[in-house]
Amino acid sequence: MKKLILASAALAMTAGMAMAESHGVVRLGTEGAYPPYNFLNDAGEVDGFEREVGDELCARAELTCEWVTNEWDSIIPNLVSGNYDVIIAGMSITDERDEVIDFSEPYTQPDPSIFIAASDSVDTMGGVIAAQSGTIQASYVASSGATLLEFATPEETVAAVRNGEADAVLADKAFLLSVAEADPELMVVGEDVLLGGGVGLGIRESDGELKAKFDAAIQSMKDDGTLNALITKWLPDAVTF
Amino acid sequence: MTTGKHMSLYWSLGTVLLLLAITAPTALAFGFGGATAARSQIPPLRWFGKTYMAIVRGVPDIAFFLFFVIALDQGFEYLRHKVLCPDWDQPIRQGNDFIVCTIAKLPLGNAPQWVHEVYGFALAVLTFAIVFGAFAANVLFGAMRAVPKAQLETAEAYGMTQRQINRRVLIPQMWVYALPGLSNLWMVLIKATPLLFLLGVEDIVYWSRELGGTKTPQFTEYPHGDWRMWYFAGLLVFYLCFTKVSEVVLARIMARLTRGQATAAGEAQRKAIA
Amino acid sequence: MSCAATIADYAFRSIGYGERLLPRSDFTLCQQFTLIGSGMIWNVYFGLLALVIGFAIATAVAMGKAAQNPLLRKASEWFIFVFRGSPLFIQFFFAYFLFLSLKGLSPFFSPLTSATLGALCVLILNTAAYSAEIFFGALQSIPKGDTEAADAYGLSGWSRFRRVIWPTMLRLAWPAYTNEAIFLFQSTTLVFFAGFPAVQQKGDALYYASYFADKTFNPFVPYPILAGYFIILTLIVIGIFGLINSRLNRHLPSDRRPRIRLRPNLIR
Repeated sequence: MKKLILASAALAMTAGMAMAESHGVVRLGTEGAYPPYNFLNDAGEVDGFEREVGDELCARAELTCEWVTNEWDSIIPNLVSGNYDVIIAGMSITDERDEVIDFSEPYTQPDPSIFIAASDSVDTMGGVIAAQSGTIQASYVASSGATLLEFATPEETVAAVRNGEADAVLADKAFLLSVAEADPELMVVGEDVLLGGGVGLGIRESDGELKAKFDAAIQSMKDDGTLNALITKWLPDAVTF
Repeated sequence: MTTGKHMSLYWSLGTVLLLLAITAPTALAFGFGGATAARSQIPPLRWFGKTYMAIVRGVPDIAFFLFFVIALDQGFEYLRHKVLCPDWDQPIRQGNDFIVCTIAKLPLGNAPQWVHEVYGFALAVLTFAIVFGAFAANVLFGAMRAVPKAQLETAEAYGMTQRQINRRVLIPQMWVYALPGLSNLWMVLIKATPLLFLLGVEDIVYWSRELGGTKTPQFTEYPHGDWRMWYFAGLLVFYLCFTKVSEVVLARIMARLTRGQATAAGEAQRKAIA
Repeated sequence: MSCAATIADYAFRSIGYGERLLPRSDFTLCQQFTLIGSGMIWNVYFGLLALVIGFAIATAVAMGKAAQNPLLRKASEWFIFVFRGSPLFIQFFFAYFLFLSLKGLSPFFSPLTSATLGALCVLILNTAAYSAEIFFGALQSIPKGDTEAADAYGLSGWSRFRRVIWPTMLRLAWPAYTNEAIFLFQSTTLVFFAGFPAVQQKGDALYYASYFADKTFNPFVPYPILAGYFIILTLIVIGIFGLINSRLNRHLPSDRRPRIRLRPNLIR
């Protein structure tokens, strides 16, 4: 009897090893500072739109997933060096990023970026505009006529508008709308700016198998409408699929 | 003040203290190695010791932290890869990707999260130890030279071998000269801990920033404005207290070490007793 | 684009001259060297000014700490304790907040919220506190004979300070002060990294290094370049301080002159 248990345990172990061979646990890397996409809730856990999407995707792809947070600045270097397997951090699909890593199918429609400011007379093309460094918005402001003011976190970019350091802040619409709703002194100004090509999962270029699994899972979520439901829940003003 | 997030803040306080407690002796060991190497009779070893001290001391610690951890991590995995998977035929660098065989990954890909955290912590300790080891090496190198030559010559006259001189005279004598420098180093080490988040360890500054940041009511039960000021004020008090305690303790150690030494302070102690 | 053209475009980019846009794609080594080098202008600016101004304040604070007047002494002790006891990172953060609220009170303070002036103030106070502690230690160890000799010559007050105490203090403090200067230059990298925003992509060497690390997704090129620049800067600082050191000690026989490298005590 004892032998039998041992044998079955060994069998289970080998099965586990085989799984481990290709992604026993898939580690999802996120920033945890970009509500509603991803943020840390009161319990200190990752929460938000991407938390729900990610968990659902993992369930559909039959993967065990684990959430880790990483600074935005080093989020891609840590992916390519293998410290986690997927970036799920509201990362827009751009050509320059695509040269280094692979993206899954987008799981949001291209989300326009908007400006919010403390007054509606702000010149978004010639004023002082805050943006998070290393984002597509920062590159956009640098090449427009405006004066770019860069901060390390999204929080600081909004704080800069509140205290008058910057005239306006440019960031993803969903993020800024949630900020503007909570603070009656801030308002949306100017027109939407269309940057990037929707948000996708960042995956190592050599990891084609994982990309295929996630692509299939995203497609199935698109097909049965669960993705749209989540988008409506978390990103009320975004376009659905 | 007792949400899960706050618990993380209190935990991270423990992490920082633990890191300091582990890093200090490790850095001292690195420093000792570096100083001994720099004093060595064998030229390559001597050059190695001196280059280590010169390069690491010349580079700002942030710059070092920003790429060194990833380099260290990849270095370890590369070594393990070479040992564990000798018949791997694919290149390790595929484009931008760094790929080693699965069993060479550190920690293993399917290891639970706490293993990853411990590993990240260990890497941070190692990086800190390498950086501060260079400074410690510099201090110890100077301290070894500050031991009065007459004492070493006396030891030689007693017929001690070079090793005996090192073990019985040089090293015990050197501490009193090294301690002022080392205690300064300890203070710098304390104040370098806010850079821990660069190394991927979620430290007190990370959590203070996270907790203090503006919270909108949709995403939390405790919305508030920009409170980072107050959380950072707390950090400031923490660091000041920690510095004060360290100063007191170090002063005691110094008084203990000074006993019977041929220095001005040692002389003063003797006079006070007599 | 040839390397010479790149240098012409970007050599002074960090202070706002030359090409307005940073390179966006096809990054060359030449671009990285030029821009990171251009950023070094800021590191040198912060380091140099803070060193010079901080030196004057440090002398005053050190004298304050050694003064008889308890009020003066306590004030100096607290100044040194607060700035030496807390991380520079947190000092930058608080200073930025403080300057922002000052700006709200009066537009007179508005230049302080820019790194150019605000961060400089923090660095000045920070280095002043560290140097003051070094100078204070040196003041305490001035040989009694020196001051007694000054008294015997009938020197008092200002001339006693200027001709005897101050030069001796500097001579004793110089090796430790050299270390402080090296650290100061290194801590200038924190300016844009913590607290102060970069305007129009004008930043220091670390700013450009992280820009390239961010764009190329490869930290192994820009950061070592940055490290190389800093090693050169450190060597220059050591060289200049060594020259001053030998001038401070020129009256001593050559074998009794303290060499900087042999006095590692009191590093920061």
